[in-house]
Amino acid sequence: MSLANALAAVMWIGVTCYALFGGADFGAGFWDLVAGGARRGAAQRRLIEHSIGPVWEANHVWLIFVLVVMWTGFPALFGAVSSTLWIPLTLAAFGVIVRGSAFAFRKTVTATWQQRSFGAAFAASSVITPFFLGATAGAVAARRVPPGIGAGRPVASWWNPVSVMTGVLAVVVCAYLAAVYLTADARRSGDASLVAQFRGRALGAGVAAGAVAAAGLLFLHADAAALYHGLLHRGLPLVIISAAAGVVSLALLFRSYFRTARLTAALAVTAVLWAWAAAQYPDLLGPGLTIGGAAANRSVLVATLVSLGVGAVLLVPSLSWLYILFQRPSQSRPPPAA
Amino acid sequence: MALAAARVADPVAARSQMGFSLAWHIILACFGVGFPGLVIFAEWRGLRTGDAAYRLLARRWAKVLGVLFAVGAVSGTILSVELGVLWSGLMTNYGQVIGLPFAIEGIAFFIEAIFLGIYLYGWDRLPPKVHLLSGLPIFAAGLASAFFVVCANAWMNTPTGFTVSHGRITHVDPWAAMFNPATGPETAHMILAALMVTGFGVASVYAVAMLRGRRDRYHRLGLLIPLTGAAILTPVQIVVGDWAARMVATYQPTKLAAMEGLASTTKGAPEALFGYFSGGRLHDALHIPDGLSLLARLNPHAAIQGLDAVPASDRPPLVTLVHLSFDLMVSIGFGLLALGAWLAWSWWRGREVPRTAWFLRAVGVSGIAAVAAMELGWITTEVGRQPWIVYRVLRVANAVNPEPGIQYGFYAVVAIYAVLTVITIAVLRRLATTGQPT
Repeated sequence: MSLANALAAVMWIGVTCYALFGGADFGAGFWDLVAGGARRGAAQRRLIEHSIGPVWEANHVWLIFVLVVMWTGFPALFGAVSSTLWIPLTLAAFGVIVRGSAFAFRKTVTATWQQRSFGAAFAASSVITPFFLGATAGAVAARRVPPGIGAGRPVASWWNPVSVMTGVLAVVVCAYLAAVYLTADARRSGDASLVAQFRGRALGAGVAAGAVAAAGLLFLHADAAALYHGLLHRGLPLVIISAAAGVVSLALLFRSYFRTARLTAALAVTAVLWAWAAAQYPDLLGPGLTIGGAAANRSVLVATLVSLGVGAVLLVPSLSWLYILFQRPSQSRPPPAA
Repeated sequence: MALAAARVADPVAARSQMGFSLAWHIILACFGVGFPGLVIFAEWRGLRTGDAAYRLLARRWAKVLGVLFAVGAVSGTILSVELGVLWSGLMTNYGQVIGLPFAIEGIAFFIEAIFLGIYLYGWDRLPPKVHLLSGLPIFAAGLASAFFVVCANAWMNTPTGFTVSHGRITHVDPWAAMFNPATGPETAHMILAALMVTGFGVASVYAVAMLRGRRDRYHRLGLLIPLTGAAILTPVQIVVGDWAARMVATYQPTKLAAMEGLASTTKGAPEALFGYFSGGRLHDALHIPDGLSLLARLNPHAAIQGLDAVPASDRPPLVTLVHLSFDLMVSIGFGLLALGAWLAWSWWRGREVPRTAWFLRAVGVSGIAAVAAMELGWITTEVGRQPWIVYRVLRVANAVNPEPGIQYGFYAVVAIYAVLTVITIAVLRRLATTGQPT
């Protein structure tokens, strides 16, 4: 494997982690949005707050990780994507700001109207952000971003059926992952009605995610022939794995095996992302920019891979501790009310 | 890889947006770097002494840290997006040269965020000593983050570590780019500034409370701990600032000329204080004979390069702004030094914080003064580098994203940050007034 391929794989691992962890945090915001009135939704919102509170900032760093690896390892990709897609990226960044701040602020206020305002801002931006990030990905997947600085069309590049579909898919997938994770969290908290609520939502969102993904293939067939072809050829094994994992997850949710369903749901999403990568390999931006063509000089690739390797030695145990610590029930008292 | 040429565009909107969002973020970033040190110090003293005031300070400061860090993290994220969205020309061509410190900073930021989650939510889940230790990586990684990010800015001032031939970047040494001549003084200057902003900033909150009559042990400690730290660092900062200015004199003589408002190359250049620059020369300044030559070169007769040494198109356009920002920053620095000396004198005399209300008023202002000095320093270095984004390598006008409509992004940023500022201040005030010891 060439150094450039290795760094591209590292970047894609970052994208996958952002989808699986950061995506679930966005999805939790989606469920916060639809949890109902202040009193009816209180238990759900408390569970959401309790689940994502300790981890969302760490999960969010994956986005920064991906951006940094992209501009260091594949500067031509970063320059082309961010100049042509400046509108959805700027809107996604605004969403990130509003979501993080509102979530932090909501914890500090007690008046219902204030909690409601911050909660609404948190929840709405949790939907807006994955939509625009998904649309950005869709623009790349549908080859609407030509290589070069500002070479593409600033609106049509991402405001087209394929990109809007990927934006919607991102929102639905985030909601699905969040519902699956939250179902397991709800069971650990011991609240049967919460379990039932999130189980229903996970099943519904899972079916919706599958439907959007299947419909998406039709969009791709019509509008992104290269990707469609790649998904049905080189990416096909991964597409099949994803579909199978999705179906198995629904069955596990139905039978209430929530912890295993987490793994299969994550596998379904991971397989879709890697199917996309396989389908367009070695192109980064089509046509004309490949992994090898966009890659930084060898010295940069080596230095970055070495630094990230050393970093991983610090990161993996730290992240593991973070997740394990907050997956255990607290010794002392239940989570404080938001 | 061939250097990609961007269509030349008007960079004013992009520069305004970047400057505005950076100036905003950097205040939060300072607290993200400095505050963890204060929180774990208070927690450590509380554990050691069992003193309830320390324990309360640690708990309440941790809450404030949670808010400041969250807002700082997300306002920092938009900066990484803006690097591409606004400065596509810079990142496409030089992203690989400047990327390594950002990649390492990404790791450091990860560590910060992970341990912040553990620290803030782990009070009831971890044994007290483990909890205290879980705070140390936040502080260490915060310092590291500041170092690596400022490495990247230092490279824009004194770019090294790459070779361009025939319009292509043929060789990159990312480590040489990271450890460029400006790295040492600039990173030290910023890290100390971050710690000082935190120290004076937190102390000023308690000074205001003490002026309102809350003079219990909790408030005295809340003032004394951060103020002592900041006061100790202030003289160090002045020495480091001198180091940074002499680095500028060597590597960015045009920036130094703008900082001093020095129109033409002069032997035995005077130190010009204040005044304004117009019509190619400085007006109404106080001149200290040979002062600049002495400060910059340690030789009263040394020649100092003036603005006229480079063509007009290579000079910073806003000389008055650079000159006054620099002078004001230095003035504030010496004001803060005097405040620290006042505290030291009083402590040496009678182990007590000065009792006069004037002292508390001065501390109350010191937080805003420290923030102002830090911002003025950034204005000096960033505006003083114009018209270059990478000094003598890449012009700002050639680095900007040429897509139309960028200015709307700037308007939106201003609107969002205006709301965010109001709410952040309201939330912090709320945190400061709830749960007071009675």
